[in-house]
Amino acid sequence: MVPRFWRKIKYRYDVVGSYCENCGSYYYPKREICPRCRRRSKLRDEKFPDEGIILSYTVVNSRIIAMIGLNNGAKTLAEVCADKVEIGMKVKKAFRRYGEEGEAGIIYYGTKFVPI
Amino acid sequence: MKVAVVGVGCTEFGELWDKSFRSIFLEAGIEALNDCGIEGKEIGAIYVGNMSGGKFIDQEHIAALIADHAGLAEFGIPAVRVENADASGGSAFRQAFMAVASGMHDVVIAAGVEKVTDSVDPMGVLSTSIDQEWERFVGANLPALYAIIARLHMHKFGTTEEDLARIAVKNHKNAVHNPKAQFRKEIKVEDVLSSEFVAEPLKVLDCAPLSDGASAVILANENIARKLCDTPVFVEACTQASDYLALQCRKDLLTMRAVSKASRDAYRIAKIGPEQIDVAEVHDSFTIAELLAYEDLGFAKKGEGAKLIREGEVEIGGKIPVNPSGGLKACGHAVGATGIRQIVELVLQLRGEAGKRQVDAEKALALNVGGTGATAVVTILSR
Repeated sequence: MVPRFWRKIKYRYDVVGSYCENCGSYYYPKREICPRCRRRSKLRDEKFPDEGIILSYTVVNSRIIAMIGLNNGAKTLAEVCADKVEIGMKVKKAFRRYGEEGEAGIIYYGTKFVPI
Repeated sequence: MKVAVVGVGCTEFGELWDKSFRSIFLEAGIEALNDCGIEGKEIGAIYVGNMSGGKFIDQEHIAALIADHAGLAEFGIPAVRVENADASGGSAFRQAFMAVASGMHDVVIAAGVEKVTDSVDPMGVLSTSIDQEWERFVGANLPALYAIIARLHMHKFGTTEEDLARIAVKNHKNAVHNPKAQFRKEIKVEDVLSSEFVAEPLKVLDCAPLSDGASAVILANENIARKLCDTPVFVEACTQASDYLALQCRKDLLTMRAVSKASRDAYRIAKIGPEQIDVAEVHDSFTIAELLAYEDLGFAKKGEGAKLIREGEVEIGGKIPVNPSGGLKACGHAVGATGIRQIVELVLQLRGEAGKRQVDAEKALALNVGGTGATAVVTILSR
């Protein structure tokens, strides 16, 4: 399990996604081929905006999980740290702990969002 | 080559504690063979829909196991397992259909089987159909993603929790007359609304159960079909489409693009429109999924799905009865068996053998969906 999370650190911690220089589309999570441009893809990593709005959300296992629309048009699914949220609420990213593999196991960190 | 379904079989769906994986498959398979009066040796190939034998019962190599236990390994009949999450059954049916349509085989069996109650966390296994690295990691499971869709549909189109509850109520009402159904009892809108939240706004009674069960159908080319049975049911189209696996990658969260594409293709091939479908079995793993199906299959305009349930159009006796079997919600959701179970129901409907839940139908449509819609299989059948 270690390598899987190690590989994703850059993308999980900093909301780094893909930008296609050929068509101007943003993708999150990172892609290795642009679905529109196919062989003409010119993808590069790009740090995405820190802010967005809640497009929709649910409460599951006492956590708020929301679909966030980032300011560049890409979407990301993440936990929101708040008591109550609503559709349209502005949020910004925050570095948070997601879980761990048992008491002595690896701790998973990632991006969550908090209300602005 | 025209392809027909000539035999159908299905076990009861539910918590089948006293039956094993291999025995439920056999039960459905034998019923299908008996239905068309063949022995089994005539079969050219076996296609088995199964989502997760590995996780549910720690058994892989499912197809070989099934060929063996059915006594068909004796004749060396090739068997293959087809996996597409909870669209495994529909996908197995499509593989079987293509095998006969191409002329490769004359008679084949398409089956689906799942044993979930022997697992400690069936919903966890079902949630392996979503993106583990980007959806599950952040705390979402399958109901959570459908809940996000449901909340947005309500926000954008004014669909209400009562509308969704009415879908569960309808499906329970239909299941009362289905001897194979898991929940043969009626429920009320208030029961749904007062049941516990699974993932807000979806409640326990908005969700299909996870069930044990198996189903099987025999397909044959037209010439053989006419010899084997008096009432062959023809496959007019069987199409499949894919969408992005993770919800966040889809432009429109409220359209299952795979469903709309597969159904458009199916209508084109069958040379009919959605208004000519007399009965449908759709993938109501969650009530919101059935509502989206109304819209994405073209029974209602986008955003107007709730009207069909409010006005009773999807009830037996309505304009387009949906899920006369009780659907996944009340007949049960035996994951990999569901897509074939839908075909079994529609064949019974088209033959006029559906008893008290009979709909007067000439054309029928089945929609089997994997996960949150990254796979959709649409089948159109006719009398």
